[in-house]
Amino acid sequence: MEGPIQMKDIHIEERVVSDHKAKITARGVQVYYGTNHALKDVDVDILAGTVTAFIGPSGCGKSTFLRCLNRMNDTVSSARVVGEILLDGEDIYDKRVDPVQLRAKVGMVFQKPNPFPKSIYDNVAYGPKIHGLTRNKAELDEVVESCLRKAALWNEVKDRLQAPGTGLSGGQQQRLCIARAIATSPEVLLMDEPCSALDPIATAQVEELIDELRSQFSVVIVTHSMQQAARVSQKTAFFHLGNLVEYGETGQIFTNPKDPRTESYITGRIG
Amino acid sequence: MTVLVLVVATLVIAGVGFFLGRSRALSGVSGNVRDLHSLPGYYGWHVALMAALPAFGVLLVWLIVQPIVIERNIGSLLPAETVADATAFKLAVADIRRVAGGLDAAVLAGALTEASAAELTSGGTDVRAVLAGVGVALGSDVTNDTLLSAQMYRSMTATGALARMIAVLAVALAGLGYALSVTRAEFRARNRVEIVMMGVLITASSIAILTTVGIIWSMLSESLNFFRQYPATEFFFGLTWSPNFRGGSDLGFIPLLWGTLYISLIAMIVAVPLGLFTAIYLAEYAGPKVRAWVKPLIEVIAGIPTVVFGLFALVTVGPFLRDYFAQPFGFGNSGASVMTAGLVIGILNIPFISSLADDIINSVPQSLRDGSYGLGATKSETVKQVILPAALPGIVGAVLLAASRAIGETMIVTMGAGASAKLSLNPFDAMTTMTVKIVGQLTGDTDFNSPETLVAFALGITLFVITLGLNVFALYIVRKYREEYE
Ligand SMILES: Nc1ncnc2c1ncn2[C@@H]1O[C@H](COP(=O)(O)OP(=O)(O)O)[C@@H](O)[C@H]1O
Ligand SMILES: [Mg+2]
Repeated sequence: MEGPIQMKDIHIEERVVSDHKAKITARGVQVYYGTNHALKDVDVDILAGTVTAFIGPSGCGKSTFLRCLNRMNDTVSSARVVGEILLDGEDIYDKRVDPVQLRAKVGMVFQKPNPFPKSIYDNVAYGPKIHGLTRNKAELDEVVESCLRKAALWNEVKDRLQAPGTGLSGGQQQRLCIARAIATSPEVLLMDEPCSALDPIATAQVEELIDELRSQFSVVIVTHSMQQAARVSQKTAFFHLGNLVEYGETGQIFTNPKDPRTESYITGRIG
Repeated sequence: MTVLVLVVATLVIAGVGFFLGRSRALSGVSGNVRDLHSLPGYYGWHVALMAALPAFGVLLVWLIVQPIVIERNIGSLLPAETVADATAFKLAVADIRRVAGGLDAAVLAGALTEASAAELTSGGTDVRAVLAGVGVALGSDVTNDTLLSAQMYRSMTATGALARMIAVLAVALAGLGYALSVTRAEFRARNRVEIVMMGVLITASSIAILTTVGIIWSMLSESLNFFRQYPATEFFFGLTWSPNFRGGSDLGFIPLLWGTLYISLIAMIVAVPLGLFTAIYLAEYAGPKVRAWVKPLIEVIAGIPTVVFGLFALVTVGPFLRDYFAQPFGFGNSGASVMTAGLVIGILNIPFISSLADDIINSVPQSLRDGSYGLGATKSETVKQVILPAALPGIVGAVLLAASRAIGETMIVTMGAGASAKLSLNPFDAMTTMTVKIVGQLTGDTDFNSPETLVAFALGITLFVITLGLNVFALYIVRKYREEYE
């Protein structure tokens, strides 16, 4: 679909992110699945108010690292995480931290749209209800509406909020999942290849949405499309075989990569 | 030629046909397989199927039709008044069959020659003694009519068997010849075999359907017979059940319906939560090691025969409930009670519900769990709000299946709840169900034509309608709540 990119093809906007604070700080993160050493010694600072893209060939550990950030790896029995990950300076792997509480702060959108078998309204209201974020129905209605608006879905579904969420099209379902994730008012939003199951139009809508979300959340997006990374992110991290090879300003990664492996990847020689 | 030999002979013809067909196809293209439309084996199969299937069809029809034809014909030798009365005629035919079978046995044992068996007369020989000598005991002396009819029956059966053999083998050979004659390189043997396979599969599935139709038909005809002798309104709305084989019975089915529903209700109150919680624990909480132990242990319950459960109800649960609940709280002093049977049937149904529900919960996609955990939901919130709704259609189906089983349970009710029909709200009273009464009314030496016996069929068909209704309702629920998720 997308051919190798020439560096000169990529237009990079002016990006000023250096004055943002670090939201998440990862140091020396290692992940093992049983004996498989899937992630090796990763150090990254995820900045607040920034879209950070993780790119790299498949199997290189992007999803694994993303899932470390909200402790979703806890649900995989064979997974073992070593190292330090701080959210606003607090270690999220500390014994006192409840992973359930953490995941309310660090929301996640998955590769395949996974709306619950409930109405559109109940899908979005799910998080606020279980976390008790609203005091009454009117407030809940308001949250549902504003999240659906933020996810650019409100106009399409406002007349059928009680219809099942599973009846929407693929792109609508993914935007519903985004609305559902932001309804818990997270501070960080993790997205694992959120557009890989979508057609180009739906992809464009979601990308536009991601750019708007940046004002309120830190967004981390895993993508296999370098064009997408270039379009939506300000910072890019390149993973290869479980190593974080290079991390920097998106513009710099795409126009002037320091590591030869990064250059090979973005020009289409490895992948 | 017996039927078995005939079947084997047909199969042999088909087997030969397979090789003939294959080699004919191959020789038609001088061994060059690529010039054939289908692989050589398909030509062989085509010939074999064409030889065997029509021949088996003829054999099957023959086996069904011949006894009917013979029965018609032997009627001609019986007195007219016997033929006119359906019951008497049936008895006479049964007698004739017995005598004919006895003669067969006598010939086989060498007590009679084939010729003497055909010429025997009741005046000349004591047929009863001869047959008793080869182990066929008859209730009375053989009348001349019966003996003549039996001889005619034998000769017709023998002629029929000969004709049957000729017909079946002829059809098999004709099929073989036809299939060989069409075997040419461009013949689409593969497609033809495909069509025949489809036919075989359709036949297989229609046998199940036809059986069901047959069951309903026989139940219906006997039930209609019952309703001709006993008013339907009194059966469906009658509040007392007291059959009396000397006549003048009250056959109201409401007490039985009530007992059935009450016991099933208690069983489901026990089985649904316990089974469902077990399934949730196994599917969502238990580690692989615990699961590997607990699941088979629970399923052991399903392997225990219900009569053993009945004993448990009779000697343990019943007396326990009576001594510690019913008597102290003044609910009566019956060991057999609705509560006893309901509890035990409920326990019996736990593994049934838990293993079905476990499979259903496991089939809920992992992505839904991830989605819920990713929003900061706990395990129980995820189970309650995401997994159970997603699994609901299947679970409702499982519960209704279990309910049908509870309604149909007989042994445990007989031993746990007793056999006295009663309309009462007290769960510590002895009551009984429709299935128990179906068995009860049909066992024992009774006239098969009285309302007291035939009521079993009316009960049977009512039970069938109830479980059918339950299943239709289950399907409706499943459709209504089905969500397309992937
Ligand atoms: N649940 C799991 N159990 C075992 N191994 C896993 C699991 N998930 C991922 N892995 C392994 O970890 C490595 C990285 O996978 P992943 O993070 O999914 O890669 P990416 O998202 O970059 O394609 C792969 O070798 C993969 O086989
Ligand atoms: Mg991945």
